[in-house]
Amino acid sequence: MSAAAITPEIIAQHQLTPGEYQKIVSILGREPNYTELGIFSVMWSEHCSYKSSRVHLKKLPTRGKLVVQGPGENAGIIDIGGGYVIAFKIESHNHPSFIEPFQGAATGVGGILRDIFTMGARPIAVLDSLRFGRLDDPQTGARNRRILSGVVAGIAHYGNCFGVPTVGGECIFDPCYDGNNLVNVFALGICRKEDVFYAKAAGIGNPVIYVGARTGRDGIHGASMASAEFTEEAKQKRPNVQVGDPFMEKLLLEACLEAMQTGAIVGIQDMGAAGLTCSTCEMGSRGEVGIEIELDRVPQRATGMTPYEIMLSESQERMLLVADKGREEEVFRVFRKWGLEAVEIGVVTGDGKLRVRHHGEVVAEIPNRELADEAPLYDRPHTRPLKPAGETPALPAASTAQDSLPALLKSLDLCSKRWIWEQYDYQVRTNTVAGPERADAAILRIKETGSSIAMALDGNQRYCFLDPREGAKLAVAECCRNLATVGALPVAATNCLNFGNPERPEIMAQLVEAIEGMSDACRFFDTPITGGNVSLYNETLGEGVHPTPVLGIVGLMKTAAPVTIPFKNAGRSVILLGGTGSASPAEMGGTQYANVLLGGLWGVPPALDMEREKRVQDAIREIVAEGLAESAHDLSDGGFAVALAECSFGPAEIGAQVDLDSDLAPDALCFHEGPSRIVISSANAAAVAAIALKHGVEAPVVGVTIEKEIEIRQRGERLGGWEVSALRAAFERSLESYVQSTGAE
Amino acid sequence: MKFGVIVFPGSNCDHDAFYAAGNNLGEKAEYIWHDSATLGDVDAVILPGGFSYGDYLRCGAIAKFSRVMNAVRNFARDGGLVLGVCNGFQILVEAGLLPGALIRNRGLKFICREVALRTETADSPFTCAGAKGEILRMPIAHGEGCYIADPRTLDELEAEDRVAFRYVNNPNGSLRDIAGILSKERNVMGMMPHPERATEALMGSSDGLVVLKSMLQAAVRA
Repeated sequence: MSAAAITPEIIAQHQLTPGEYQKIVSILGREPNYTELGIFSVMWSEHCSYKSSRVHLKKLPTRGKLVVQGPGENAGIIDIGGGYVIAFKIESHNHPSFIEPFQGAATGVGGILRDIFTMGARPIAVLDSLRFGRLDDPQTGARNRRILSGVVAGIAHYGNCFGVPTVGGECIFDPCYDGNNLVNVFALGICRKEDVFYAKAAGIGNPVIYVGARTGRDGIHGASMASAEFTEEAKQKRPNVQVGDPFMEKLLLEACLEAMQTGAIVGIQDMGAAGLTCSTCEMGSRGEVGIEIELDRVPQRATGMTPYEIMLSESQERMLLVADKGREEEVFRVFRKWGLEAVEIGVVTGDGKLRVRHHGEVVAEIPNRELADEAPLYDRPHTRPLKPAGETPALPAASTAQDSLPALLKSLDLCSKRWIWEQYDYQVRTNTVAGPERADAAILRIKETGSSIAMALDGNQRYCFLDPREGAKLAVAECCRNLATVGALPVAATNCLNFGNPERPEIMAQLVEAIEGMSDACRFFDTPITGGNVSLYNETLGEGVHPTPVLGIVGLMKTAAPVTIPFKNAGRSVILLGGTGSASPAEMGGTQYANVLLGGLWGVPPALDMEREKRVQDAIREIVAEGLAESAHDLSDGGFAVALAECSFGPAEIGAQVDLDSDLAPDALCFHEGPSRIVISSANAAAVAAIALKHGVEAPVVGVTIEKEIEIRQRGERLGGWEVSALRAAFERSLESYVQSTGAE
Repeated sequence: MKFGVIVFPGSNCDHDAFYAAGNNLGEKAEYIWHDSATLGDVDAVILPGGFSYGDYLRCGAIAKFSRVMNAVRNFARDGGLVLGVCNGFQILVEAGLLPGALIRNRGLKFICREVALRTETADSPFTCAGAKGEILRMPIAHGEGCYIADPRTLDELEAEDRVAFRYVNNPNGSLRDIAGILSKERNVMGMMPHPERATEALMGSSDGLVVLKSMLQAAVRA
């Protein structure tokens, strides 16, 4: 195979353009052979090289006083004090989990976990942002239900067995994901500050050691698959999806962390996308050295594998490390203890080249830096972002809240995701102070430092479709607000940018504007982006997903009993920090009210005033720190009425009687999604008001908590009244009934 | 008192058991590697939760062949206290130290949730610090936690007061709502719920401390 002549057809099959091929020829000073072509094609794929997005990603803020490591490594790292750092990142596994939901999602979890522990950090939390097509669609519903079930089972399988708690996330359903579901996995780990490892080779003559699972023929060209649209032949790509073994990964974790303690390891990188190719050339490039390997020594689980296959395999649970010469045995001893293979497959050289031998003969020789870092960069043309064409309809003048609230609570996006998160072990390692749906953010205590961290994931593809720039800002603002609501100070972020085909100027424009909006907001909220992932070509047969930037933000806080969502006691003041807000009919177009009740998407996203948002966040943080909030929940999808209902779904089913003073149309008042608002219950409304006043934030007392019922009035006029238990039943049972609804595939 | 926490390849609640015994109960704890031929000078052994040997073949089926299990068998035979939690319970059942079997949950899905348990007997070294009829709240987190045994075995367990805990609302289909059982000599207990995860208020419940405190009381008395 490797002797095959390189024809234009072969170049095209490798998704390389003629221009890219010319660049390869000029780097090598000759024509590449087949193996070298394969190596270039994966390293220069969109997935590995970020060739369409890199010029814009440079706009993102990446520095801050707590940032120890920004983008460019396997994960970002921030200092949390007390001698410890946390490593975290979000990654997508969208394409594989559409083709093979269970293994695609499982290996998505496996991949991001390796990114964390390759840096020396023990993973202690996972969150997922999932997006699927609608489960009740007559055409695609059965397939979407199968994908949802498979993805959730895959995440559970891998995370539960590995022993990392899955503590939160989000799950959204929209027809735009019918042909391209999204699986974004965030992982976070902890490490002593001086124990951080980097994926850098160093020390000429040092041995290059392969550890973990054997190399098979699975996942060849996975990275390239993730860099193209799906066509009718997508199902034939199934062999491109890898198969995960969480038990192997658990052993690899323990063995790697233990081996790192020997002091004999110089650098280490996991073999993820583009496998052995990526790990060798990136480690060499970062260390400005060469790496020479002999493929005969690579542990293989299939016979007769070609150099091309070995170099491009994406078999899971493998790591590459460079050890100090003479101390190999210390490393081998640890891996033997854990029953894992560790084999010296090569050596660090001084010539800056990736040299691959097979049966002693050189089968590839490529300069590391050019391969890893000199991928072509494209400033692709971008025009105006693709936007929906919906006209602003006339909205009802009379209140529909009585029926609308239950309808919203049982809608796919707003209903409880308990059916999903109960399949995840969200408590293992006993650090989970607030797990799924308990508070606005997941909270983990850090045993090592005595402090806690909070994490949230947010994105809103409806807002972003209406306006990618403002939508991205709103996602940053909401994510920060979620952290503030539990009392945490947001300090750093990671992002996953899920978009369609960047070769379409109107899609590229979505990406550019979203990055710019995110950049502005992250700068404003002082949450630098320390790493992340770009997933493009989320298109099937020309239909792309709505622009879906997902933010993961981490905050720091004191360890304390968490401020959770539900009201705790009757007779408490219900305070709407940030006030009732306002919304024009155009601003209702992106809401869940428009989505669920009117089936529409129009206008603009809710207006965000970042200065005001920051004041609200400062106020809630202080209110929580002073112990004044018995409960707190931010207003987001579904607006005030939905938030109020969610606050009543605690074990005691404490509801509320509220009366809102506003000129808005009643439905807008109940369901608009204007940001910068938080509903609090407190026994000390005066103290809450004083703090709000200090920050220049409205904090009207809108009502009082009562037993078992919810009632909403507007200037005395009743808009609706409900029994908590009935609303709760709709909210909690809905997803399960959708999943089990008519007709298995 | 010193607790020994067995570490099998794939155990993942070992740290939690260690922390519960060491920090929250305030006693000594140490890890015991699966390859170890002896248990050292520990006063009680905990087989923690997780996925020993990847749960390949059957949960606990490979772990029972670990070298350390010989030591655990001898320790149990000599009256030592052995607590198996979740995967640890599955291992004890596979190893024949407890009767019955644990199969897939009735709903065929992994379930992580806090459950209410009724203490069925205070007459054991694992429950003596509690009271019969007492309701304890602690989490479950398992895919294969449905306890089954033939009717004669179940009758025997009940007749000999060897059902330690029952679920108030059965989450997994376990026969007769059984959540935890004792050996004939009452010095070995297996349970699917996780007492070690419920040993401090910050984690939502400290009811699980009853199990560890009982073991401490029993060990001090012995």
